[in-house]
Amino acid sequence: MTTSAFDQFRPPEPERPGRRFGKLRRKKRPGPGRTDGSAEMLMVPDVEFESYYGHNIVKPPPWEWPVAAYLFLGGVAGGSGLLGFGAQLTGRAVLRRNARLGAMAAASVGGVALIADLGRPERFYNMFRTLKLTSPMSIGSWILGAFSAGTGVAVASEVDRLLGDRLPLGPLRKVLRAVEAPAGAEAALFAGPLAVYTAVLLSDTANPTWNGAHRDLPFVFVSSASLASGGLAMVTTPTRETGPARALAVMGVIGDIAAMKYMEHRMDPVAAEPLHHGTPGQLLRWSERLAVAGGLGALLGGRHRAVAAASGLALLTVSAFTRFGVFEAGLHSAKDPRYTVEPQLRRLAERRAAGITDDSITTAAPHWPSHS
Amino acid sequence: MSIDEHSVLGHQLHGPTDPAADAHWQVHKSRKGFFTDTSICIGCKACEVACKEWNRNPRDGDLELTGWSYDNTQALGASTWRHVAFIEQDRERIEEARESGRQLVSLGMPTVGPPAKTPEAATDSAIAAGADTSAPDTPEFRWLMASDVCKHCTHAGCLDVCPTGALFRTEFSTVVVQPDVCNGCGTCVAGCPFGVIQRRSDGTVEPTTGRGEQKGQQPEVEKKGIAQKCTLCYDRLLDDETPACAKTCPTTSIKYGDHTDLVDIARDRVAQLHEQGLTEARLYGANELDGVGGTGAMFLLLDEPQVYGLPPDPRVPTADLPVMAKRAGMAVAGMVTAAAIAFLGAR
Repeated sequence: MTTSAFDQFRPPEPERPGRRFGKLRRKKRPGPGRTDGSAEMLMVPDVEFESYYGHNIVKPPPWEWPVAAYLFLGGVAGGSGLLGFGAQLTGRAVLRRNARLGAMAAASVGGVALIADLGRPERFYNMFRTLKLTSPMSIGSWILGAFSAGTGVAVASEVDRLLGDRLPLGPLRKVLRAVEAPAGAEAALFAGPLAVYTAVLLSDTANPTWNGAHRDLPFVFVSSASLASGGLAMVTTPTRETGPARALAVMGVIGDIAAMKYMEHRMDPVAAEPLHHGTPGQLLRWSERLAVAGGLGALLGGRHRAVAAASGLALLTVSAFTRFGVFEAGLHSAKDPRYTVEPQLRRLAERRAAGITDDSITTAAPHWPSHS
Repeated sequence: MSIDEHSVLGHQLHGPTDPAADAHWQVHKSRKGFFTDTSICIGCKACEVACKEWNRNPRDGDLELTGWSYDNTQALGASTWRHVAFIEQDRERIEEARESGRQLVSLGMPTVGPPAKTPEAATDSAIAAGADTSAPDTPEFRWLMASDVCKHCTHAGCLDVCPTGALFRTEFSTVVVQPDVCNGCGTCVAGCPFGVIQRRSDGTVEPTTGRGEQKGQQPEVEKKGIAQKCTLCYDRLLDDETPACAKTCPTTSIKYGDHTDLVDIARDRVAQLHEQGLTEARLYGANELDGVGGTGAMFLLLDEPQVYGLPPDPRVPTADLPVMAKRAGMAVAGMVTAAAIAFLGAR
């Protein structure tokens, strides 16, 4: 295309990758900065919108694998908190001890992972500077804190018992034994919220995949927490006490598979796409297969110690795969403008088709009546 | 339901509102904002430079050449608070843009036209505008240049999800990070529907000027690991100064002022361009009924927003928080019930 009479004297130029002239209009192209391998995951046919040189619109959060690990560990901790409290109420001493220890370990390692992922880890305590109802991260920090406080007290008592009352507690031992049960109950109160809040944390973002899953991700996460904590108990605890853990794990498997299917079914198909492709897709497919195997193992062979332990390990893996899969799918969805633009164009068109024409951010003749 | 579904304990989550009053400011200041008229942007990047200098923002990236027309900045980020986009378009694209703008008008919603003007004022502005707009473009080719910036939303996703209170609403209804409070959790990065805020990871704060410094050697990066974005020059606003980018803009493409005035200016400008047949002109952000309750920084665009790297239908994620809370509550109830059944059934 000639734009000036003098252009004919120019030497021919090689076509550069970012150039967009005339008929060479490519709809979408990965930017030159994309070197992280995500380019190979562009699994979709050419799409009908013009992007800004293929650059992402929303940004992926700067979270790395420790955050995904926390999603898993927080679920294990929450589920174990409920199992520990149930065991406490029904006199299953070994299950109670192991569930409490598991909850404490998972919450501690998870907390460390969260702090390690901060930009300024030395300021982690600012999470407790305020309680902010619109911030799932704020609510979650308080939930984790409250859960860990109760679990910590209960675990201190368990450890003391394990050591044959050898902790140097003196007269405080009586106090500790007295507050142990209430502390277990307090932890159980925050166990469910601990298992679920991470779903809201992911969904309360502009991330196409996580936000697109906002109605049903909580059900996936509590199911995943249930099967993982049941699995952990099946690994750590003799089978005579793990009946409830096996039952919880089986219910968790059913819930996990059902909620995941329903969630994907209800999501915008483009926003759901990252859950099916690449590494996240593989993780989630294996998660489902192992869930079936682990669930059947728990149901049919749960009274056999070795089968129970193997099934428990499988279930822990299931939960880890689910969390890493959902986490990675979301990060991927924020790296390609398609996942942001297409669902938005679709919902905008749907609203317009339904006669709602006053709520678009783009207007030809704007109005701002009430505050002008 | 006793609680209004639009709010959590009095904090409004979406819809039209006065953000400073919503944040319980006792000091009354009018809402400040930008109107970036991209039809008169010449792509000089003076705004980028002025912003960097005033805010002492470090270098972003490795200064690689992108091949994206004249844009080597690429996007807004932790150390880039103004970003000038460059888009080259041919006749076909210009006609498509003109048509998509015309369709916005024919949606039928905007019966509220521009305010009535005296005939002589209309003529004057048409003459002035005619000189402005026709010169750089030909029907064969056009160059879109647009200076992007933080939108300072009425309902700001970043602010809503910040757990520490580091992000706050100023008395000018803008959204600012307190760098001494932020612990770099990164939630705001995911919360922004426009992809503006970012955690600073690298960069350099100033060129080598001191004795004994080697060429290329750079001092330690300030505010590393902390979320950073445009403050609408909060420090300058407190001294009744214009933000650095607007102050330096040589074509007045970046206009700064009271939000209500800017909305009127923006509306007039679109009407003016439409009168000249430039129906590709449209406003972005000047609608309080949109998904973020309207933006503090508005734009006049000459094509669809996604062409500029802007989301076509952004929505503050917190608008759905009541739904999410309800679903999470149901999920917890289900989990506790499952645990209860597990223990009762195992007896």
